[in-house]
Amino acid sequence: MQIKDDHYTRLLQGLAYTVIILGSLACLIPFLLIISASLTANESIIKDGYHLIPAQFSVEGYKTVFTFPDEVLRAYGVTLFTTVTGTLLGLFFMTMAGYVLARKDFKYRNTFSFYIYFTTLFGGGLVPWYIMITKYLHLTDSYGALIFPGLMTPFLIILMKNFIRSAVPEELFESAKIDGAGDFKIYWRIVLQLSMPGIATVSLFLALAYWNDWFSSSLFINDPHKYQLQFHLYNVINSAAFIANMGAGTGVSLGSDLPTESTKMAMAIVVTGPILFLYPFIQRYFVKGLTIGAVKG
Amino acid sequence: MLLPALLFFLVNSYFPMVGVYYAFTQFDFNSGLFSAPFVGLKNFEFLWKSGTLVKLTLNTIGYNLAFIVLGNVLAIVCAILLSELRVKWFKKLTQSIMFLPYFVSFVILSVIVYNVFNYDSGFLNTLLARFGAGPVDVYNKPVVWVFLIILFYLWKNLGYSMVIYLAAITGISDEYYEAAKIDGAHIFQRIWYITVPMLKSTFVVLLLFSLGSIMKGQFDLFYQLIGNNGVLYNTTDILDTYVFRSLKVTFDIGMATAAGLYQSLFGFILIMTVNYIIRKINDDYALF
Repeated sequence: MQIKDDHYTRLLQGLAYTVIILGSLACLIPFLLIISASLTANESIIKDGYHLIPAQFSVEGYKTVFTFPDEVLRAYGVTLFTTVTGTLLGLFFMTMAGYVLARKDFKYRNTFSFYIYFTTLFGGGLVPWYIMITKYLHLTDSYGALIFPGLMTPFLIILMKNFIRSAVPEELFESAKIDGAGDFKIYWRIVLQLSMPGIATVSLFLALAYWNDWFSSSLFINDPHKYQLQFHLYNVINSAAFIANMGAGTGVSLGSDLPTESTKMAMAIVVTGPILFLYPFIQRYFVKGLTIGAVKG
Repeated sequence: MLLPALLFFLVNSYFPMVGVYYAFTQFDFNSGLFSAPFVGLKNFEFLWKSGTLVKLTLNTIGYNLAFIVLGNVLAIVCAILLSELRVKWFKKLTQSIMFLPYFVSFVILSVIVYNVFNYDSGFLNTLLARFGAGPVDVYNKPVVWVFLIILFYLWKNLGYSMVIYLAAITGISDEYYEAAKIDGAHIFQRIWYITVPMLKSTFVVLLLFSLGSIMKGQFDLFYQLIGNNGVLYNTTDILDTYVFRSLKVTFDIGMATAAGLYQSLFGFILIMTVNYIIRKINDDYALF
């Protein structure tokens, strides 16, 4: 039975479509701007500025990026390595912690949960943490400095704990124990198998954080060979502006070696590429995991 | 099996707490932890007297309040409107598009901002030129950045919180709406009297989580947008960026630690107070 819409409903429908379309455009246009700029001839950008549609089409920007691919590829390699290693390690440790904290027969679970949670409330601040990692752990210029700091977050451990608690019934632990399975075996064979959606969500959060990380490089890495992708991009963009300013100040032209506007934008696309490409697949899991986490958390 | 996690938090979070001792010393990188000269509260005194502390606190809290209030209100409005869309593919598509900015890095965000507001060739000035208006040097206008930072925060995070609210809306039973419909409530009344109240618990949870970081707030966003552009500090400097600069640019370790400790302590007291008040009002919503 279809009831005809009253005018309030029609009004809301109109409103909904207008707002959502405007919102989507606002989210989309910046990306289009970069894509367009990366495909515009550099002279055209300098003369007429950025446009939504390339005024003078050219793939020169991409050509420059891929003529000397060494640096970009190396940065890709660093990011890929830290992302994979960090995600796997972090996932392993956090699911184990989540499993232990979810077990009701573990007596100190609330105490330890609180100790983990407490770190989000109070901390030593950036400087003592920085000194800890550089002076006491000696991680300067090592991949450890890129991987270690992001390995675990209290939020994800708690999310994992909640997920395991709701996905794995208490009785399963007991019956597995009676069948002679050890704690680690229960974790490996039962808990991990049953919490796949939770694991997917946590690993996506982790991987995204590692992939987008530039902060660790800027703090701990001096050797340009070990820069992460995002920090490499950051440097390309900012050093160009810096050198350009220097050149303007001293009257010396340094223009020829600088990455051009279109090259910068092409870089940005190359760096974002994998995420834009994987996005349709990733997004589904993200929404699912978040939904479960929000309802049950 | 809990051991890796415990070790991690011990090293990464608890040991650095000892380091707050630097806040009371005139520390430099070469002296060890306990050989640096002890200066008591001098660092704090300096921060306080120079007015830095007050400015940083006001900026930090101001921005975060704006983020929390605007972020949640807009996310709720968008989630409600999105849930009312009837064309399935369109609903899915727009939801994906609005979630997209959450996935790109802050470095890319800075490229976008540069792309739009760059003085010589930015999109904005190109657009203005077409309408015959002169160019605007946005990078020299501190007040504008207050709005820009808030705008880009919303741009990046709206999709994420929208999805959470959307999930909550999907969870509301249809029976309420059917009953209200029979009672003659029109759509706006149904939204106001059913959907909005049902979102309250989600809202409170998100609110408490964001209150927890009210003194920290979005270092990436501020640093990537502003960088080391001193012209804009007055309106855009927050505790995080100040501490980072003291560490990496001006090498003022003692001062940076003092500011960091102040940030942690102030935030901690703030959360405890809020949690206490919430527990008084309604025990279910308290964090701990």
